Amino acid sequence: MALSNEQIERYSRHIILKEVGAKGQKKLLNAKVLIIGAGGLGAPAAMYLAAAGVGTIGIVDADEVDLSNLQRQIIHSTADVGKAKVKSAEETMNALNPDVTVHTYREFVDSSNIMELIEPYDFIIDGTDNFPAKFLINDACVLAKKPFSHAGIIRFQGQLMTYVPGQGPCYRCVFENPPPKDAVPTCKQAGVIGAMGGVIGSLQAMEAVKYIIGKGQLLTGYLLTYDALTMTFRKIKLPKHVPNCAVCGDHPTIFEPIDYEQAECEGLGLTD
Amino acid sequence: MAEYQITDTVDITDVVCPVTFVKAKVALEELDDGEILSIRMNDGEPVQNVPRSIKEEGHKILKLIDNADGTYNLIVRKVEEEE
Repeated sequence: MALSNEQIERYSRHIILKEVGAKGQKKLLNAKVLIIGAGGLGAPAAMYLAAAGVGTIGIVDADEVDLSNLQRQIIHSTADVGKAKVKSAEETMNALNPDVTVHTYREFVDSSNIMELIEPYDFIIDGTDNFPAKFLINDACVLAKKPFSHAGIIRFQGQLMTYVPGQGPCYRCVFENPPPKDAVPTCKQAGVIGAMGGVIGSLQAMEAVKYIIGKGQLLTGYLLTYDALTMTFRKIKLPKHVPNCAVCGDHPTIFEPIDYEQAECEGLGLTD
Repeated sequence: MAEYQITDTVDITDVVCPVTFVKAKVALEELDDGEILSIRMNDGEPVQNVPRSIKEEGHKILKLIDNADGTYNLIVRKVEEEE
């Protein structure tokens, strides 16, 4: 597949890069990325990946756009309030780049659909706002041997890590189990600074792009944390292998995705 | 006397910087190591900058031919970068 003149111009700032070139751009055009959550993290991630020409983007979310989302979920506009988030996200991505085929899934992830959802995709972005979903996505990706980017944001803080099968620990290696219900504040209660989704969601998009073009070092084996108030990034080294991890350890006890109980108020701790 | 055999040609007179170089780069990526690309470009900015950028990518400039019509043909041998 040769790049058209229009594509050469559209992606010229990519193609100029030694690490990308026409070869890398074609990899992006052939890549399939699934974004779970069209919120604070998923919005910027989806927009950067669409702009970058990732050829197939799936987006999963059951919610509708709410006025209170617009402070940070930049893929949606005021006119989209009340619209399905996946529909609004699809429209923005289509308007941004006609090279992208968007698949929408208007549902929440759970143990009944997660394996099927991730199956066609090369890379998964966890842009969810609750612990049950984060553990579900981790376990599913480990079981299906799919690379993914975990992230969470709350208040002025954000974190992310990248999992690639066989190249370092998974989310469960580090965090073991979801915190007890109501032990952590919800997004609604705690708040989150709008640009935090932009910082961390964009880093997730960056990890996806690097994975696709096969250049540089991914955030595997590390947890990156960002504190906006003190303007501190910390790259925390994680153990290479956690023998007692329940899903990827030496004697795993998890063989299929699990549905953990959600807190009463939707949106636990690490939001969006 | 053929000092070289041109494998492919690309015309970048219809685009402006930086797409001039990008179009030439894309054409070079299509070639195998050692193959020759002839790039037709306008006088002025392209002829000043494109050869330099191509050289920076590690390819070998063989010749710059003045077509005497305000365009030049730059003859480049592709040098495959090691991964």
